[in-house]
Amino acid sequence: MAKFAKKKDGDLPAVSTASLPDIVFMLLFFFMTVTTMKDSSLLVDNTLPNATEIKKLEKKDRVIYIYVGKPTQEYQKVFGTEPKIQLNDKFASVDEVGSYILAERAKKPPEIQNVLTTALKVDKNANMGLITDIKQQLRKVNALKVNYTTYEGNAFNNLQ
Amino acid sequence: MPRRKGAPEVNAGSMADIAFLLLIFFLVTTTIETDAGLDRMLPPMEPPENPPIIKQKNIFTVNINKNGQLLVEDNLMQLTELRTAATAFLENGADGSCDYCKGRRDPASSDNPVKAIISLKNDRETKYSTYITVQNELVGAYNDLRNREAQRLFGQDFTKMESEYLNPETPKSVRDGLKDKVKRIQDMFPQKLSEAETSTN
Repeated sequence: MAKFAKKKDGDLPAVSTASLPDIVFMLLFFFMTVTTMKDSSLLVDNTLPNATEIKKLEKKDRVIYIYVGKPTQEYQKVFGTEPKIQLNDKFASVDEVGSYILAERAKKPPEIQNVLTTALKVDKNANMGLITDIKQQLRKVNALKVNYTTYEGNAFNNLQ
Repeated sequence: MPRRKGAPEVNAGSMADIAFLLLIFFLVTTTIETDAGLDRMLPPMEPPENPPIIKQKNIFTVNINKNGQLLVEDNLMQLTELRTAATAFLENGADGSCDYCKGRRDPASSDNPVKAIISLKNDRETKYSTYITVQNELVGAYNDLRNREAQRLFGQDFTKMESEYLNPETPKSVRDGLKDKVKRIQDMFPQKLSEAETSTN
């Protein structure tokens, strides 16, 4: 009759911890796969403009990045608030862009050296003067394929 | 027989399976974010030998001043009207050789889409965001026309075909099929968007 005998109080079964390693490994793997390594930390403000007619940048190994924007809060004391160029991990002047592109190009395997794209990640508050200077530099080293990296969104939001 | 112990221990043997199931689920569904933007080609530094003579009517000039105002073909224009104006210019087809154009055939505007060139000029103090918006509208004008022709010929959007063609995950057989179609549409409306050097004053 006592098939469903009442449990005694204070007799909690121990929770098995045998699966804990699995859970931990699962989390570990998850974060391992979704984390992308940032090659360089941003020294400049980088709010990209919006555009609708965008194309994806496939094949990350064929892209050289150039960041432009005004220095972030902590660097403003030293570098001021005018937009600056960031190459890799440091600020650079316009003249250094050409040699940077050549150096980056030399690092890539020879078969893709001709198909590299330069991704310009420019803050939307920057002025075109600096961009034009960069474009001149890129033309000098024959890096003609550029991509103005943007967010996807209504382009008219840029004007506000 | 009455059970003397409390609840039986839950079998944890399958926990690992569940964990791996979840792991594989996340592995498959997570895509690492890729950057996207407007692709452009800069003109080469050396001017070509014997530069072709281009008639003024085949050039659609867009000038952006430092306040972000547009001067299109010597008229002030709102940014919102730019796409329509550029589309009308591109498919004007004044010489009648373009049988797919639906333009007005205005003799004062472009001869055919192959000859039509859009020239974009900007001031050094133009805001980058304005410049991108203008670029976006001009590329949008090309894409609108290309989409229309792709819909007519192949029943799908050109932008979709192109992104599928450029995506490395698309099987090679599909890409080979798309290659000719993409090329054909591109030849109908070649993207001739010249970025003239910035005016200095």
